[in-house]
Amino acid sequence: MLIKTKSGTEIPSSEITPEHIYHSRRKFMVGAAGAAASTLLAACAPSSSSPIPEATEQPAATAAQAATSAPAATAKVVQISANEDELGDAVNSFEDITNYNNYYEFTTDKTGVASLAKNYPTSPWQVVVDGLVKNKRIYDMDDLRSRFDQEERIYRLRCVEAWSMVIPWMGFPLSKILNEVEPLPEAKYVRFETVYDPEQMPGQKSRWFNWPYVEGLRLDEAMHDLTLMSTGLYGRDLLPQNGAPLRLVVPWKYGFKSIKSIVKIELVDKMPTSLWMTSAPNEYGFYANVNPNVDHPRWSQGTERRIGELGRRKTLMFNGYEEQVASLYSGLDLKSNY
Amino acid sequence: MKHVDEKKRRQLVGRLLKIATHLGAILPLALLFWDYQQSNLGADPVREITLRLGKSTLILLMLTLAVTPVQIVLGIKQIGPLRRLLGLYSFLHLCLHLLSFVWLDYLFEWSFIVDAIIDQKYVLVGFTAFLLMLPLALTSTNWSMRRLGKKWKQLHRLSYVAGILAVVHFLWLVKNVYTEPLIYGAILLLLLLVRNRRVKQRILGWRRKAKRAKVGVTTSAH
Repeated sequence: MLIKTKSGTEIPSSEITPEHIYHSRRKFMVGAAGAAASTLLAACAPSSSSPIPEATEQPAATAAQAATSAPAATAKVVQISANEDELGDAVNSFEDITNYNNYYEFTTDKTGVASLAKNYPTSPWQVVVDGLVKNKRIYDMDDLRSRFDQEERIYRLRCVEAWSMVIPWMGFPLSKILNEVEPLPEAKYVRFETVYDPEQMPGQKSRWFNWPYVEGLRLDEAMHDLTLMSTGLYGRDLLPQNGAPLRLVVPWKYGFKSIKSIVKIELVDKMPTSLWMTSAPNEYGFYANVNPNVDHPRWSQGTERRIGELGRRKTLMFNGYEEQVASLYSGLDLKSNY
Repeated sequence: MKHVDEKKRRQLVGRLLKIATHLGAILPLALLFWDYQQSNLGADPVREITLRLGKSTLILLMLTLAVTPVQIVLGIKQIGPLRRLLGLYSFLHLCLHLLSFVWLDYLFEWSFIVDAIIDQKYVLVGFTAFLLMLPLALTSTNWSMRRLGKKWKQLHRLSYVAGILAVVHFLWLVKNVYTEPLIYGAILLLLLLVRNRRVKQRILGWRRKAKRAKVGVTTSAH
């Protein structure tokens, strides 16, 4: 994995065009000329050191809400630190990463998530951390972004459907939250829950699943340095289709373990039952480690297609993170603990 | 004179139906090509191409299997000649679907492909459906029909088996949301039901009755 922490060599955030202005500039170029043109032009001035109010491009009703989000956070890192992962595999395009999503809360059509999720409000947002912990906490999303250093991590993502991508995530290790709330000795697992909002997430009306989405990790898996709480990708805040504002990324497990739009993190003593374990217990287990030797009951996990490539490549044990994580599972039968 | 007009009209309708079938069966391929040209196939075009060809194969196969039941239920004889056409187009789409799988998806890496067929139940089932459709396509000529006689009909009942396998193939590849494959399954079941001899006789009986009633009404109106 590639890890890059904030460093002094970066462009100061004041010199970077905040994303909302970048978008308004694009909107302008696409042809939103007319009366607003002069206002927008002023807003485009890259030298402006104070953040331009959101109101220049958003209706007044949402401006107050939008103002609570921190545009500066978006601009902390604009560029990705490398164009490939540690194995030399190229990073997928922003376009591909943000338009090909498995997010059943919106739709089962991977290319349809982006447009359905476009206006999903992810600010304000709070994350409850409770259960078997010393210090129960409710984090405000903005607080989480500034509280922990945001790192860039270029990870491979292997979907259980046998396709994969390389994604430059932004975020911080989950262990940072866990260390702050201090799990009690009887806490053995971490249980995560996605927001439940069927009015705005049409897929949650589907009766094929037992909503809300739930996932879980063993405490030692959750404490592992590779386990990331992601707030962004490609140096920008996450878009709703990628699980904004906060999602889990566990690169050595199938993608469905990396739960999106988290509202609750609970420390528990019993193994949590995930949504997929409920839906098809013989097909999706608790561990869901990427393993080319343990097939899905209906399809092979031996190969995968990297998005953007023709043909197939061999799937790597633990998605190529064997060296870092294999020790977590010594003595565990990976076939029965799929 | 009126009789000749009627015959001509029927010929024209038959011809138009055939043209519509050709166009309808080629349209999905044209759309696919257009979307490919326009880069409209999403981040994973290989999957999109394979899935779309699979879907058009299934729809064309369903239409093929629907011809005879529709004739039985509605008594429209003119659609009879479309059955072979639809069946052959379905096979064409199936060949392209398979080609997309072995070429675009697996780049002819035979070791991967053999594993894929053996390890993945849905591929195995799909491939079996292809093996069943192959002799049907080869024996679709008039010459074969004459040569095989009664056996031809028996042989071509395999198309229903291929239909069932195609639905199972679909059912086994989706992740939990079974709505769509189940709809195809229900349609197939209905079509099979109409082919059942007793059901068929009953439907034909109803139709004769309805016809008599209609004729009765017309005569009494005179």
